[in-house]
Amino acid sequence: MRSEVVPAISNSFHRGLNRFAVVLSCCIFVLIVAGALVTSEDAGLSVPDWPTSFGSIYRIPPMVGGVKFEHTHRMIAEGVGLLTILFCISAFRVERRKWIRNLSLAAIGTVVAQGVLGGLTVRMFLPWYISSAHAALGQTFFSMAVLLAVYTGRDWIESTPEKFADDGAPSTRTLAVLTICAIYLQLFLGAAFRHSGMSILPHLVNAVLTSGVIAWTAVRVLSRYGQIAKLRRPASILIALLLIQLGFGFAAYLTRVVWGKNAVQPLPSMVSTTVVHVAIGALLLATSFVLEEQVRRHLVKDAAVVTEPSAARKAISA
Amino acid sequence: MNRYALLLTLGAASFGVSCSQNTGPMPSQRNASQASTQAKFTVVDPATAGTIRGTIHLQGSAPAPTQIDMGMDPGCTFSTKEPNFSQQYVVGKGGGLGNVYVYVKSGLEGSNFAAPTTPVILDQKGCRYEPHVLALMAGQTLRVLNSDPTMHNVHAQPNSASNSQWNMSQMPKGAPIETTFHDPEVMMPFKCNQHPWMKALVNVAANPFYAISDATGNFEIKGLPPGEYTVAAVHEASGEQTQKINLSVKETKTADFTFTAQ
Repeated sequence: MRSEVVPAISNSFHRGLNRFAVVLSCCIFVLIVAGALVTSEDAGLSVPDWPTSFGSIYRIPPMVGGVKFEHTHRMIAEGVGLLTILFCISAFRVERRKWIRNLSLAAIGTVVAQGVLGGLTVRMFLPWYISSAHAALGQTFFSMAVLLAVYTGRDWIESTPEKFADDGAPSTRTLAVLTICAIYLQLFLGAAFRHSGMSILPHLVNAVLTSGVIAWTAVRVLSRYGQIAKLRRPASILIALLLIQLGFGFAAYLTRVVWGKNAVQPLPSMVSTTVVHVAIGALLLATSFVLEEQVRRHLVKDAAVVTEPSAARKAISA
Repeated sequence: MNRYALLLTLGAASFGVSCSQNTGPMPSQRNASQASTQAKFTVVDPATAGTIRGTIHLQGSAPAPTQIDMGMDPGCTFSTKEPNFSQQYVVGKGGGLGNVYVYVKSGLEGSNFAAPTTPVILDQKGCRYEPHVLALMAGQTLRVLNSDPTMHNVHAQPNSASNSQWNMSQMPKGAPIETTFHDPEVMMPFKCNQHPWMKALVNVAANPFYAISDATGNFEIKGLPPGEYTVAAVHEASGEQTQKINLSVKETKTADFTFTAQ
């Protein structure tokens, strides 16, 4: 099946850097959950100033009411910013691939931009477009960290990628990219609804389209390249996350839009379902990036250098 | 009150002492004296002035008040033992609807009335705004107090583009926040983002002829010069209704309104 021999990248696996990237990804995920809690608890402006909190850079205010959510989000964000800088320094010390070093620099740029967006949304009283951009960029940052964890992993560095023909129209790579775009659009529409920028209808309509694109991509990968573990795993995770996400999306719709329409305060059912919905959305986006990168690594357009998997399967079954 | 609540309340109070300044952006607003130094005011002759009074009724049954869970801030429960309920529909005996803003919407164009010099008070007590609905005149001072042993933030969200939005924290029993609005507003939300159930509705009138219906639904607007008016009644959830009133010299007219629960 595999006919192209690609020399291993001349870079050695560094366990510490890889673990650092995994820890950074986990911290960003916690930060996303903390941010989702701020929105769901309607606590976005409970600390009215930025970059200070109640006029102070260092003093921790009483962690009660909405301040508990907003200030915790700010403190985790500061910690994640610091971790990102440390990761970048580590990457420059131990990583020989220039593009990884550049990606870690880009991660710093992203976390700084994210902080500025967070500050702007406080200072401008939560305009929906800034808050939605803050939500989208936060999940982009998470995906970057997950990709850094993948790129610095032993498999990515030491194994020689198997190459297969990317057959079918549209190509699997196109579908993988389309999946990322669809999830981004869905993420933005969801954020815009959460921040009162538009009705829920576009988010609901696009949920159908996004589910279709994700299912199409995952089925394509699993049916044609199911024997390649590096492709099978993210595609399977994508399908599983999609099903969970649809369930929590429906629960969030019921608790927030139907039953919680006239609620005088955020109820635990509303908060838990919407926060989990946001968190799974972040995992979906990151998984779609991982799948796309694995597709890019394992599938090629040039049929001359590979054996077509479908042909191989036919041969095996015959 | 448990020990945890006491500690948090003391913490909030000590934070308030150490950060005695209210923080957050608050744009300067023109006050009454600045706005009116060169204006010529309309004076109503008391010998001709009339009155509009009436009752606001609610048709159908109002949603039952929801008890608010204030557990996220022990300082709220420390300040009061009373349960806190939603205040959207205040319905008295006989179906009278309270917290309805009644004002003269049109009929006084070209008149210019002096804003009262006494401030209108909006207090935060037991982690609720008192009153829930209030009205003042453009240029009149609104004084926001914090009588609670916990911190609040006061976030005004004007609908009119010329009244700026602002958001300030106010320390436990901290210094009052004073402001004015120079353009009319109807049901402008005031929120505390630290306690998401806290909401007040502030109305800014262009003239001194307005009232908020009491707990039995009654209201009275006195001192109106004779004329043809459109009187509007606004409820935060049930919307606005208007009536045309033709008021003669020293006349008292009745204007009743009936809202439907939403």
